[in-house]
Amino acid sequence: MSIETRGIVKRFGNFVALDDVDLNVDSGRLTALLGPSGGGKSTLLRIIGGLETPDAGTVRIANVEATGVPAQRRNVGFVFQHYAAFKHLSVYRNVAFGLEIRKRPKDEIRKRVMELLELVHLEQFADRLPAQLSGGQRQRMALARALAVEPSVLLLDEPFGALDAKVRRELRDWLRRLHDDVHVTTVFVTHDQEEALEVSDEIVVINHGRIEQVGSPSDLYDKPANDFVMEFLGPVTRLGGALVRPHDLEIFTEHVDNAVEAEVIRLQRIGFEVRAEFRTKDEQPWAQLTRGQAEALELRPGNRVWVRPVG
Amino acid sequence: MADTLPPRLGSSRSKWTLRLIALGYISVIVLVPLYVIFYKTISEGWSTFWAAISSDEAVTAMRLSAECAVASVILNTILGIGLALLLTRYRFRGRRLLGALADLPISVSPIVVGLALVLVYSSTSGWFGKHLDFQVIFALPGMIMATTFVSLPLMLRELVPVLEESGDDMEQAARVLGASGWQQFIRITVPTIRAALAYGIVLTLARSIGEFGAVRIVSGNVQGSGQTQTLPLLIDDKYTNFEPGPYQLSMVLILVTIVAIALTSLRRSKEHA
Repeated sequence: MSIETRGIVKRFGNFVALDDVDLNVDSGRLTALLGPSGGGKSTLLRIIGGLETPDAGTVRIANVEATGVPAQRRNVGFVFQHYAAFKHLSVYRNVAFGLEIRKRPKDEIRKRVMELLELVHLEQFADRLPAQLSGGQRQRMALARALAVEPSVLLLDEPFGALDAKVRRELRDWLRRLHDDVHVTTVFVTHDQEEALEVSDEIVVINHGRIEQVGSPSDLYDKPANDFVMEFLGPVTRLGGALVRPHDLEIFTEHVDNAVEAEVIRLQRIGFEVRAEFRTKDEQPWAQLTRGQAEALELRPGNRVWVRPVG
Repeated sequence: MADTLPPRLGSSRSKWTLRLIALGYISVIVLVPLYVIFYKTISEGWSTFWAAISSDEAVTAMRLSAECAVASVILNTILGIGLALLLTRYRFRGRRLLGALADLPISVSPIVVGLALVLVYSSTSGWFGKHLDFQVIFALPGMIMATTFVSLPLMLRELVPVLEESGDDMEQAARVLGASGWQQFIRITVPTIRAALAYGIVLTLARSIGEFGAVRIVSGNVQGSGQTQTLPLLIDDKYTNFEPGPYQLSMVLILVTIVAIALTSLRRSKEHA
């Protein structure tokens, strides 16, 4: 089911959170809303979910006008950063909540809830309370709860933001696989570019309440529309006044065309890569090299080299 | 070991000193007076006890106290939840002022509360009371109002911190899952505040049963037919007129409060287990 917003404006007092935002999310895709905090991406997600009302603009979900429809009747699944687990209900009852509200028959609920608990690998925890689960388990429960009502779209607000790095990585892979199985149109908010690049089919970069660029992860990485997108999506350094990716720099030990003369200031090994810092006449670029490259060039601090962007 | 021993000794010594001070303090202001009342009640014999609590005026006083207390507990539950939700879930101009006002009854003398109610609701001279065709002051409605007023902050002080701490994420999640406002309240909010609500009800109940000052003013302390004398007022009367019974009646009040507080602490320890 597709999502479409037109001309969304949202202000909080004098602060403009969203400024005339048009967004298209195609059916069945996994889309990331990526941007720095305070950029408006969560507000946009909450407007799509009906938890926030826009000051202007329209929202359509599955080609149906949804702007004035209350959250209860939008049939969306929403996952919150801090899980919003119903603390007084068991894992089973948490997942069953939406179905109980919809007054589905008991055995249908039982069947559906057990299916979902299996999907999120929590079937043996059905009788536990949320307080007895780890953060990652709670978030998987929240996902099962959101999916239980067969939502037309699934919205996740910084779903892994409160988890530690390792669990976050596991859940990220798992979300990707889950989406490949379930195929529900999914939009998730993140400020972590790595997460967006790794998981999503499409990334929407949002900053200062505006959409900066929309595209596939590789499009955005290779053909950023502006310096902001380039800086936000990966490491950058400055050479000859232009932004370049540090792994897109070539180093030579003698003069070549278009290269800038530089002095090696510092070499730092980080695992398999070597980070080389240079000083040119008026800049201090750095390059990301493999160990092999660094050794072949016999780089030492104080060496004179020539640096130029690839291509 | 040598490093940790001295501070541990010191801390245990200060722990014992603190315990002694606390125990001494509680003995002087709570335990000894309670014991005296208990002793007086027992020493005057069971027949005196029975006579004191079964007289017509005592039974009516207990009934009035119970009616006042039950009514104000019900009102406080409804008003308390409503006001607590308003103060924690909504942002509006004057919210802080409203919060401070709601806390006022605890710091203002109950006598002042009573007088204020008389000024407003008195059927002869009150601003508002003049236009009502039923009696508020010197009658049950005024007594209930006074009791509710002085005990409302106790309920709020239990509910507001719990609501603030839990936030409204759960309600939002329920909303997206299709729950109406009422369903969110019954299925999510009420279970979240249940323990605090129970404790708030007990505190309000204890305060309502024992309320003296405000009720004294608005009730007029009428005896005999049309009695508006509640249990605390009756105790005061007996005591100042050297009539028999004040200790026995006090014992009743104390027992009710102890039972109420014991019930909640039982609940609390069960929830923590």
